[in-house]
Amino acid sequence: MTELTARLRAGYGAGPRHVIVVTAAIVLAGWVALRLAGEATTGRMLLWFLGAVIAHDLVLFPAYATADRVLRAVIRPGPDRRVALLNHLRAPALASALLFLVFAPGILRLGETTHLAATGQNQHPYLSRWLLLTAAFFLSSALTYALRAAWRRLTTRRVRGNGGQAPGKRSERA
Amino acid sequence: MSRSRPGPSTDPTGAPPANADDHGAPRRFWRALDRHRPPGVDTLDRSWRSPLRGPWLTAVYGSVLLVGLPLVIITGLLDYAAYGPRFGQAFPHDVGWLRLPTFDWPTRPSWLFRVTQGLHVTLGIVLIPVVLGKLWSVIPKLFNWPPARSLAQVLERLTLLLLVGGILFQIATGLLNIQYAYLFGFDFYTAHYFGGWVFIGAFVAHVVLKLPRLVTALRSRPFGAELRTPVAATHPEPPDPDDLVAARPGPATVSRRGAVGLVGGATLLLAALTVGQTLDGPLRHTALLLPRGRDNGPGPNGFPVNRTVAAAGVRPEETGSGWRLTLRGADRTVTLDRPGLLAMAQHTAALPIACVEGWSTRQTWTGVRLRDLAALAGVADPASARVSSLEKAGLFREAVLAPNQVLDPDSLLALRVNGVDLSPDHGFPARVIVPALPGVHCTKWVAEIDFRVRGDD
Repeated sequence: MTELTARLRAGYGAGPRHVIVVTAAIVLAGWVALRLAGEATTGRMLLWFLGAVIAHDLVLFPAYATADRVLRAVIRPGPDRRVALLNHLRAPALASALLFLVFAPGILRLGETTHLAATGQNQHPYLSRWLLLTAAFFLSSALTYALRAAWRRLTTRRVRGNGGQAPGKRSERA
Repeated sequence: MSRSRPGPSTDPTGAPPANADDHGAPRRFWRALDRHRPPGVDTLDRSWRSPLRGPWLTAVYGSVLLVGLPLVIITGLLDYAAYGPRFGQAFPHDVGWLRLPTFDWPTRPSWLFRVTQGLHVTLGIVLIPVVLGKLWSVIPKLFNWPPARSLAQVLERLTLLLLVGGILFQIATGLLNIQYAYLFGFDFYTAHYFGGWVFIGAFVAHVVLKLPRLVTALRSRPFGAELRTPVAATHPEPPDPDDLVAARPGPATVSRRGAVGLVGGATLLLAALTVGQTLDGPLRHTALLLPRGRDNGPGPNGFPVNRTVAAAGVRPEETGSGWRLTLRGADRTVTLDRPGLLAMAQHTAALPIACVEGWSTRQTWTGVRLRDLAALAGVADPASARVSSLEKAGLFREAVLAPNQVLDPDSLLALRVNGVDLSPDHGFPARVIVPALPGVHCTKWVAEIDFRVRGDD
């Protein structure tokens, strides 16, 4: 048995457990693909399956990574790293983008007729609600940033008054 | 952009990968592939900047999914079972080997479907940030060179395609379905059921292969200590065999606590905007961006509608005084009008109605017990009951009820809700309401109930 395992490792590149689970997963997916092969819309399903991977890996990820690089290039973290303006912009932007991603069908009014038939209502309110939520995220983040910066200036001044200690022990002093 | 690297913990050179000699057969081929690096891969390899990527962070996101996704899977399969595959009314009908064990979906507790379906949809939504965070943490591996060093790695990459494709496909189709935007142009049920199984297979394989790594990675850094580490003290993890740690990381702009907190916060945000669709009272309005957080007007009939009377094509003259309910039994057919039904013994029950789209609401329904109607039709102990609607077309114009669903004392042909007549959108003149039954099977605008005798089919 161990010799067989060793040969498997050398030739295949992993142990027997690997062969079993990986083959099982691929066979299951292959069986599903064969099962669906007769359907008129199989091509579309496959397109959406692979399209979802491409949309995430080659569109969404590069887009948000690039946006973050631009943001980082514009806002170099200052000497005071603890109150980072960068993260006060990242957090609300991410929250807003996430909500857009998840609730895009309502926000962009995709599927007006099916929505109306199902619920008896239109999709009009979602866009303004999302914009309001976005504004609320950025406002509260800005407010927190301002308060933290003000608090920091205050404590720094106090620390200086106490004999020029280095700042950084704020939480222990409070 | 280029800044000095933080401290001596990083590996200065492109050290050979830890598992360089795990090339499989044919060795020459895999070695040659390894050596022939296409232009750009080295630049790309050096361009990964985040010092947070590494086994520990991946393992933290991974362990949340390890707990959460099985719950989504199980509740999803239970929802399929709730549709009654035994009566051929679970979609897709014909699933071959992927049939679930058949059992009668219980009527108790009455909130059963509300919970399974609510959990499936809500958890599915709130795990989205964790899935995205997990994918972010491992994405450099997609661009690694060589893409594989053995057949084992080729096949594993294929299962990763099924894993990532599967989860994204399920999220995308699920999100579009609950928001009624059928952009994909294929049958949702077929795609979501089979897509689910593709994902399940790949998920099981991934867990079996990676669980040891996950455990090791979680143990490598005490969770509590990591959550107390500020940005200034956040350094990359040591190089790992999976190459998750960046070769040339930049300085940290977020601590690991920050990264976990960001995903956790996003999860809480989605939860706060989703749970409302399963709640009654003012909290329902917290589902601000979902169809089921909306105001459905004042009065006793002001709760969500799943299919409007207009969409169902049921005309007012069909539901007026000329409306008759036909009951079919073994050897007799009984016809009743609405006053006749109202003259029968009325029963009131507070029952939830829950839909596959994850929303639910509890209302107080009044009407005639289904078992009384069965007895009236001469079938006191039916094998099943087929309920048909006035609706001419539509996937759910009729539904078959199992014996336990007919005989439950709270199973009603409801005529009134919250003390008033049903509104046309809620199924006037009469609708079915059965504890724990999926909302689409609580047939509205009922025209006929066919009680089958045991041994009939």
